Amino acid sequence: MENKVNRELPDNLMSEMNLKPFTSATIGNPEVQRVAPKVRVTAGEDKVVDSLDDVIKNNLKDGMTISFHHHFRNGDFAFNKVMDKIINMGYKDLTLAPSSLTGVMNDKVIEAIKKGVITNIVSSGMRGSLGDFISHGGLKNPVIFRSHGNRARAIEEGDIKIDIAFLGVPVSDPAGNANGQDGDAVFGSLGYALIDAQYADKVVLLTDNIVEYPNTPASIKQDQVDYVVKVDKIGDPDKIGSGATRFTKDPKELKIAQMVNQVIINSPYYKQGFSFQTGSGGAALAVTRYLRQSMLDDGITASFALGGITKPTTDLLAEGLVKKIMDVQDFDKGAAASMAQNKDQQEIDASWYADPHNKGAVVNNLDVAILSALQIDTDFNVNVMTGSDGVIRGAIGGHQDAANAKMTIITAPLVRGRNATVVPSVETVVTPGDSIDVLVTERGIAINPKRQDLIAAFGKVPGLQILDIKELQKMAEGQVGIPKPLEYTDRTVALVEYRDGSIIDTIKQVKD
Amino acid sequence: MEIKTIGVAGTLESSDIQIMISKGNDGIQIDLDSEVIKAYGDQIKKVITDTLEKFGISNAKVKATDKGALDCVIAARTLAAAQRATETTDKPELEVLQ
Repeated sequence: MENKVNRELPDNLMSEMNLKPFTSATIGNPEVQRVAPKVRVTAGEDKVVDSLDDVIKNNLKDGMTISFHHHFRNGDFAFNKVMDKIINMGYKDLTLAPSSLTGVMNDKVIEAIKKGVITNIVSSGMRGSLGDFISHGGLKNPVIFRSHGNRARAIEEGDIKIDIAFLGVPVSDPAGNANGQDGDAVFGSLGYALIDAQYADKVVLLTDNIVEYPNTPASIKQDQVDYVVKVDKIGDPDKIGSGATRFTKDPKELKIAQMVNQVIINSPYYKQGFSFQTGSGGAALAVTRYLRQSMLDDGITASFALGGITKPTTDLLAEGLVKKIMDVQDFDKGAAASMAQNKDQQEIDASWYADPHNKGAVVNNLDVAILSALQIDTDFNVNVMTGSDGVIRGAIGGHQDAANAKMTIITAPLVRGRNATVVPSVETVVTPGDSIDVLVTERGIAINPKRQDLIAAFGKVPGLQILDIKELQKMAEGQVGIPKPLEYTDRTVALVEYRDGSIIDTIKQVKD
Repeated sequence: MEIKTIGVAGTLESSDIQIMISKGNDGIQIDLDSEVIKAYGDQIKKVITDTLEKFGISNAKVKATDKGALDCVIAARTLAAAQRATETTDKPELEVLQ
């Protein structure tokens, strides 16, 4: 069958797994039923244990689903510590359901797959050797990729049933009151892990820092926690986030950032109390700097900034240019440290952030989102998942979710090396073109034809070159030439869900 | 054109290509390493072969390490390596690039 973004979906898999094809980016008002976790009642018993082995042995069974969060990013010690033990204890047929997978986890996941310990994976994304392994058919069952908001939905509705969540935290008290803001390995917001803590049958905290009861602020609360495992070191603070965020000197990125700022400040959304989300890429960070100057010049302040947060954004909060930060994760040390210091930097969980099936997520209140792309096609569909070689090397993250903003801007250079970024058809559709309003490249901007209002608004801005997206595609092709189409086998190695759980695209095994 | 020595041109920087040309006796043999080999491997080999033939080399071993170079860069690096290999750098044959 073909879905609404013209992607052919494998019929057998769709019916076997009872999947629905993507039809629309509009969610509507469906009634959904949530599930609840099983609770083993404890009252006053000592939750602090030294032996992770015992916790695993007494709770984990073959075929179960285990989860982790990725807030420690490449400074994560929790994942490999737990997986090592699970592998050595000879477990089989587990489903791995982390909020995402970072590079430091890759080798351990591959080892677990090869030994039959992990037979299913659901994640936001994957990169490096693991992406390569999966794209070459390393795992029998297709991986399911979900956005952060969709993962929250899937957990709430029981599509993902977490048996045990292993959650590393930089601080906890003996009862399990924990946050991401104190200790050696701070990462700030615990946003993605909060869903696991709420919905997993068993919640196991791992920490190197047990403090006196009660520990506040309590992001994860004692009523959710079964065990607190003391470990030597939970993470490497130097690898959790980039240190000081540097301002890009790349002229291409600076030009794109200036144009993005022009787009924002000439849009109907740029007014007192507007809101925005930026990513962590070079151009996105530079946008924050240009936007700051415009806001100072125009006497405009933002009601909130959303998303993955970086120091340039927390600086705006400290300056009073942004009134609140709604913070689901922090990308650097500065942003993480700021959360502990500024009460206006509100920690939000993944459901509050972006869940399509709740009573209103923050992304629905968002005016402007600035997002990146590996590829964007002439229908404005965006790929952030597979490289130009067809290999998995990315993550949906909050891309589909933030694209709910009233104006979603994609920033991308026209070409990267010899790969065109603006293409006739993306390798993998992740975010449907229907959600995308403006593409900004260093050669000019393209506006989704359904946004005639923006075409009219930006047409009057001097120096803002507006082109048809097909012209940008031809320009890119003129520079790099026409690539030979990639070859894939018939085997599906991954399914890409849209926010509502429908299938927006599939990823096939690459042919070598 | 006779190859007298090993000629090298180009760097391993992003968007460049490094070409090394040495003596061969079985046509133009290209050993290509590229990040975009699936999409552009054939095209890169064609540009190298065409450039060498236009320059007058029909037998050579070529080692090419590509970092996403555009065709114009590939041709220029190939010509530079060929002129160094044939020890003819005193007479740049720029019309080969036309």
